[in-house]
Amino acid sequence: MNRAELKASSAVQSAAQKQPNRSNLKQRHLSQKFAFGALWVGGALVMLILLVVVGYVITNGIREVTWEFLTTAPRGGLSGEGGISTTIVSTVYLIGLTIVIATPLGIGAAIFLTEYAGETSVGSKFLRSLINLVHFGVETLAGIPSIIFGLFGFALFVSVLHFGFSLLSAGLAGACLVLPTIIRTTEESLLTVPMNYREASLALGATKWQTIYQVVLPAAIPGIITGIILSVARVISETAVFYVTLGGSARMPTSIFSSGRTLALHLYYLAMDTNAFDKAMATGAVLIISIILINLIIDFVSSKLTAGLRENQ
Amino acid sequence: MQRRYRIDKGIKYLLFFSAIVSIIIVFLIFFFIFQSSLPAFQQIGLRNILLETTWRPTNGQYGILAMIVGSVMVTFMAIVMGVPLALGAAIFLAEVAPRAVQNVFRSAIQLLAGIPSVVYGLFGMVVLVPIVRRIPVPGNSGYGLLSAAIVLAVMILPTITSVTEDALRAVPRSYKEASLALGATHWQTIIHVMIPAAKSGIIAALILGVGRAIGETMAMIMVIGNSVIMPTPLTDNPLTIFLRQARTLTGNIAVEINYATGLHESMLFATGVVLFILIMIINASAHLILRNGERS
Repeated sequence: MNRAELKASSAVQSAAQKQPNRSNLKQRHLSQKFAFGALWVGGALVMLILLVVVGYVITNGIREVTWEFLTTAPRGGLSGEGGISTTIVSTVYLIGLTIVIATPLGIGAAIFLTEYAGETSVGSKFLRSLINLVHFGVETLAGIPSIIFGLFGFALFVSVLHFGFSLLSAGLAGACLVLPTIIRTTEESLLTVPMNYREASLALGATKWQTIYQVVLPAAIPGIITGIILSVARVISETAVFYVTLGGSARMPTSIFSSGRTLALHLYYLAMDTNAFDKAMATGAVLIISIILINLIIDFVSSKLTAGLRENQ
Repeated sequence: MQRRYRIDKGIKYLLFFSAIVSIIIVFLIFFFIFQSSLPAFQQIGLRNILLETTWRPTNGQYGILAMIVGSVMVTFMAIVMGVPLALGAAIFLAEVAPRAVQNVFRSAIQLLAGIPSVVYGLFGMVVLVPIVRRIPVPGNSGYGLLSAAIVLAVMILPTITSVTEDALRAVPRSYKEASLALGATHWQTIIHVMIPAAKSGIIAALILGVGRAIGETMAMIMVIGNSVIMPTPLTDNPLTIFLRQARTLTGNIAVEINYATGLHESMLFATGVVLFILIMIINASAHLILRNGERS
């Protein structure tokens, strides 16, 4: 920059400095006040929406939720009579089945992705592209809408494999649905386990699997549990997948080949096929309360997780 | 010693297998849905499927244009209603709210995300539909695009809010400090520094919201009315188009799959393929935008 340019630019600067003698600070603060006010209103509106939805369903539904309601079987069909006992049992069975199928696969996949990804021994290029492919697969699965899983479950498990509309078909489809959740949360928690744990164990002469099983996994337990609980919540609230794979029978399931209906599915049938809106509301209240409980458990587990992390450091 | 290492090898292959399961599932989903839809595409033809508006399976008419329009319209309306609120909530959560409020607010968002879609649908049927029905327009049943869009707007709120909040939090602290040090107010910093820096994350959040909205099924069936007609205004007033009943692609599959057979069933899989492709395009663009953001 030569001297003339420098002069010119300093002239421009001093002109610019003269201008804001009348500071616009007040005006800027005022606009900030308005903006933040609006943001507070927006935040309050979101809270209001939550309170209205949750409050309405719970206050209108909870009156119907009696011990009798929880322990009588629904009549089924076009009648809205009865309670929700069999639907609770079906939901619990389905949760169990889904978790039993998805958890080992999900945890196994996550271990492979985190612990073996850095391995450079044989065919590392192949391994790396494979791991990229798996990541792509997990992301794709996470983005697919649930009705597509339902359609897939209907085509493969219900029709081709002849499992029919059953807990087994629904559990398999549900496992595909929650697999990405379990893989992702397990992966994240494995990544937070400090590297020197592994190094110390390997240095003591443990094999890779001994290290993973006895050192890495125990340290990652809270994260893994969070993933499983999230999947439980997903199975409880999911409807579309089970609507096309579970069949919707209101009877008590007797085996994994029984048809059934989950709580959420029962709510749907009540709302669409019957006039029993009060019973639907009551089922909704049960659903919301169980989701609230699950959220509390997740908060508890993740606070354990952060406490554990602090200890590690 | 020998045995330990043999176990190690064996376990490695087991883990390898569980890792490729997700690829296998994606492949199977592709395969089964496309294969089952093949008869429909062959016998009815892509043109008749995508460009015809009449859906009358008993009559051999399988046009899904009305449902594509229904899905797109309800998603668009939900985005228009939900996004400003979600963005405001995210900025509030990341920048404005005191810590105690943040914690409560975050739990609230978590709960909103966890509520089953059928509960939203039920709330829509019992509370929202009767309110919308009061709008005095002939032929207004309360069920329709408007009710569905309101329900959907609430349902996509948590997704957009939490992803946007993450994006805002990922902006380096130094950006904010530099802006404040230059004398900008906090609000100016948010508008001129934070949001532009978090732009790619915010766009990804919006796209994820769109994906969720298009994929939503049960709540839509419960409030949108499900009749397959090209949405048109009910009266001379063009705004009454929003009171028109419609059907979404997802709803079409769920409502009819349990009793459909033959070509009709195949056609529902074809509806799934259209939905699938729509979602893949949306997700891929979110992915691209996120990755570009990381690079810069």
